[in-house]
Amino acid sequence: MSKKVHVQTIINGEDVEFLCEPRQSLLECLRDVIGMTGTKEGCNDGNCGACTVILEGRTVTSCLVLGVEVDGKELTTIEGIADGEKLHPIQTAFLENAALQCGICTPGFIIATKSLLDHNPDPSEYEIRWWLANNLCRCTGYDKIVRAVQESAKKIKAQAGG
Amino acid sequence: MTNIKEPKKYEVIGTRPLRPDGTDKVTGRAIYGGDFEMTGLIHGKILRSPHPHARIKSINYDKALELEGVIAVVTADDLPVNPDGNISIGYSRGNILAKDKVLYVGHAIAGVAAIDPHIAEEALDLIEVDYELLSAVMNVEEAMDSSSEIIHENSFMKEFGEMTVTNNNIDEHFQHKMGNIDKGFENADLIVEGKYSTVMVHQGYIEPQAATALWRTDGSLTVWNSTQGSFPDRDELSNILDIPISKIKVVPLEIGGGFGGKIPIYQEPVAALLSKKAGNPVKIIMSRKEVFESTGPTPGGYTWVKIGVKNDGKITAMQSELAFEAGAYPGSPVGMGSLCVFAAYKCDNQLVDGYDVIVNKPKTAAYRAPGSPNAAFGTEQVIDEISQKLGIDPIDFRMMNAISEGDRRVDGPKFPVNGLKQVLESMKNSPQYQKKLKGSNKGRGIAVGYWFNVGLQSSCSITVNTDGTVNLIEGSTDIGGSRASIAMQAAETLQIPYDSVNPSIVDTNTVGYTAVTGGSRTTFSTGYAAHLAAEDVRDQMIKRASEMWGVPNDSVVYSKGQFSSDADPELSMSFKELASQLENTGGSIAGKGSINPKKVGGSFAGSICDLEIDPDTGKSTILDFTAIQDAGKAIHPSYVEGQMQGGSAQGIGWALNEEYFYDQNGIMNNSSLLDYRMPTSLDLPDINTIIVEVPDPTHPYGVRGVGEANIVPPIPAIANAMKRASGKRFYNLPMNPPAVISKLNQDL
Ligand code: FES
Ligand code: FES
Repeated sequence: MSKKVHVQTIINGEDVEFLCEPRQSLLECLRDVIGMTGTKEGCNDGNCGACTVILEGRTVTSCLVLGVEVDGKELTTIEGIADGEKLHPIQTAFLENAALQCGICTPGFIIATKSLLDHNPDPSEYEIRWWLANNLCRCTGYDKIVRAVQESAKKIKAQAGG
Repeated sequence: MTNIKEPKKYEVIGTRPLRPDGTDKVTGRAIYGGDFEMTGLIHGKILRSPHPHARIKSINYDKALELEGVIAVVTADDLPVNPDGNISIGYSRGNILAKDKVLYVGHAIAGVAAIDPHIAEEALDLIEVDYELLSAVMNVEEAMDSSSEIIHENSFMKEFGEMTVTNNNIDEHFQHKMGNIDKGFENADLIVEGKYSTVMVHQGYIEPQAATALWRTDGSLTVWNSTQGSFPDRDELSNILDIPISKIKVVPLEIGGGFGGKIPIYQEPVAALLSKKAGNPVKIIMSRKEVFESTGPTPGGYTWVKIGVKNDGKITAMQSELAFEAGAYPGSPVGMGSLCVFAAYKCDNQLVDGYDVIVNKPKTAAYRAPGSPNAAFGTEQVIDEISQKLGIDPIDFRMMNAISEGDRRVDGPKFPVNGLKQVLESMKNSPQYQKKLKGSNKGRGIAVGYWFNVGLQSSCSITVNTDGTVNLIEGSTDIGGSRASIAMQAAETLQIPYDSVNPSIVDTNTVGYTAVTGGSRTTFSTGYAAHLAAEDVRDQMIKRASEMWGVPNDSVVYSKGQFSSDADPELSMSFKELASQLENTGGSIAGKGSINPKKVGGSFAGSICDLEIDPDTGKSTILDFTAIQDAGKAIHPSYVEGQMQGGSAQGIGWALNEEYFYDQNGIMNNSSLLDYRMPTSLDLPDINTIIVEVPDPTHPYGVRGVGEANIVPPIPAIANAMKRASGKRFYNLPMNPPAVISKLNQDL
């Protein structure tokens, strides 16, 4: 059986160490090794976005990153978006706008939205649709997701202003 | 036309509260099928056929068992034998693990359990299967040709309800007849006909099937899975594994989409058999490729439609022949398609023939209004063609021929109260339809579609907490906000705030039988059961108040959340106050509600689509889209809109892009989400919604299930828009850029 590799990383601001096989993806490490199942698997080949996380400030599909690659790097997952029990404005906006039906795509969309708004706090509808085109949702037809992202941008701006 | 009655005033119903499971789903805490963990858990993988049709000569898994980390291997030999030869159980078992023949690429052959999924996957390569290849039958035309290779050698065609001695690939041929079809066509001034073909498409839920099974030494089986129906799963497991339902518990976890595709079970019995051999709980999560190749898509096939009409626009005859792919085992939705094909139209002379056809493809499963989109792709285009030829507005033409309450459907039953005319009226008055569409290569298409509400059993119980809140126990898995829509109905009946109702979705040991979350039934039937449970609680609370006050039971009334008595105007107590006194006045109160509603109405939906075709690339861009649907009474309007938008998006994908792309060898060439391209946010327009409310009188709040009808009209509406944009009629799906280009070049 293959030897395991020691990986040291920062997840949602906390130091995390784990052992993984070189063949294990980051998604697998998060879910099966560390037990953080908030990041979802929809395809395991980079085409659905359910596994999206932020790695060193960029969104990546964690099924296409190897666990060993995150050694010494920093990542943000869905578990790190809320501030304790206090939801992030993006999470609130998704709930208020009924932007989830089954919810399996939601962690990926929230991460992608966070990354979008970090880069572009005032996106147009086209920019939102363009940015989120990496993430598939089969339930909503995206309409309410787009509204939720627009609402998130407003909420974040209001928070910053107030 | 029926007038819409003044809508009743409700406190909770019609508002848009947050869903109870929302916080867990936006924080990643919710536990879906694949997230389940337990001590001793091992992982299973399934070996699948690379051939569309072959005899299995031998299977040897000795080498797989020798691989370090492999714990157990199972094949069809581990399934119970079928001594009484029950053909439907035989088919169910056959689809779980192939016995003598493989019938499609992706057909399961063996299961392996190992300490980790990678080892299980490696072990699959060590299983040796010796095949004798047979020729594959890949579409209905081929399969209906009597010279095609027979897929089920020992089964016979059923015709007009009776078994024949014909052994072919048609499982069933049925017919519905009304009036005199020949006379109807004789009386017509204009007859239009066409054959409209569709290909397989997938439900495309984002969460692959995931299940864990634990078979204990006492013979009991527990399954934790992502499912649309835990009770139907229990029934299926009992049949397939031949163990009593009393020994099986199914625990439904959160479900990441289904659309009908998570009604059947696939890997659950394999995980159970592996667990029986291994002694450990076994988890199996499908890959996306397995989801495409091995779980139920919706069929391709054809719908041939012929309609006769008078010059004044009255339809005189409607005839159709539908042949749908069942996949490798019988059971395509052609039966439902045949009931939907002319559902929207009043006509005394109708003839409909349906064929359920076996092909070497995965067994089809329900997909949102199964069969109705395939049928409407034909009917709604012929109707459009006629309205164009007669120079009548397509909405007006449909209105002139729309069915009303009491009109008969082709198979006999009379239509109950329905909202078709109101839907058409709303389409006509919609902002989109009122706006003119100008410019070349642009076109506007409309269409309508129908789907049933299936009713079926639901059970709920409600317990009262001393703080005045209640716990609502239900068995319907929540795919799109049904915890909220069911809790809202309980709150309305109990006259308490929505957030005083705490819903829980429980396992098959903990609530009464509840059928699938599907068939546009959950908000209707489980909502109804919750309403009955709430009434039961209310009545018990009234009795308790009367006992506490020493007044007659029938003097106590409950109104606006207050108990009071006609016997003494001084006596008054809120729900919360009474709840706090239950302990010392006889103990807690639990109410129950069970229902199996019959004669439930259905829902009509309409779509308006404006699009533009790029004549150079063949790409169609949707410029504006409106979805209209009769919701009876929209309990939570946001989730009703969500269903309408989601169904429209799936319809748009089906119309313009999606298909199972097979090569000549019967191999699917696009079994990934890259190549089977579902619409992204960038492909879709804003989807406007108009909710029509014509209450279903068989439901206490007038609900009509809205989950399905909305996928039906987008497909023909797009085809009709493309006709008006290009002058060309599209007879095949998908209407993707290559198809458009070849069509545009046809007459050049
Ligand atoms: S699971 Fe990683 S993109 Fe689909
Ligand atoms: S909400 Fe189900 S996939 Fe997006």
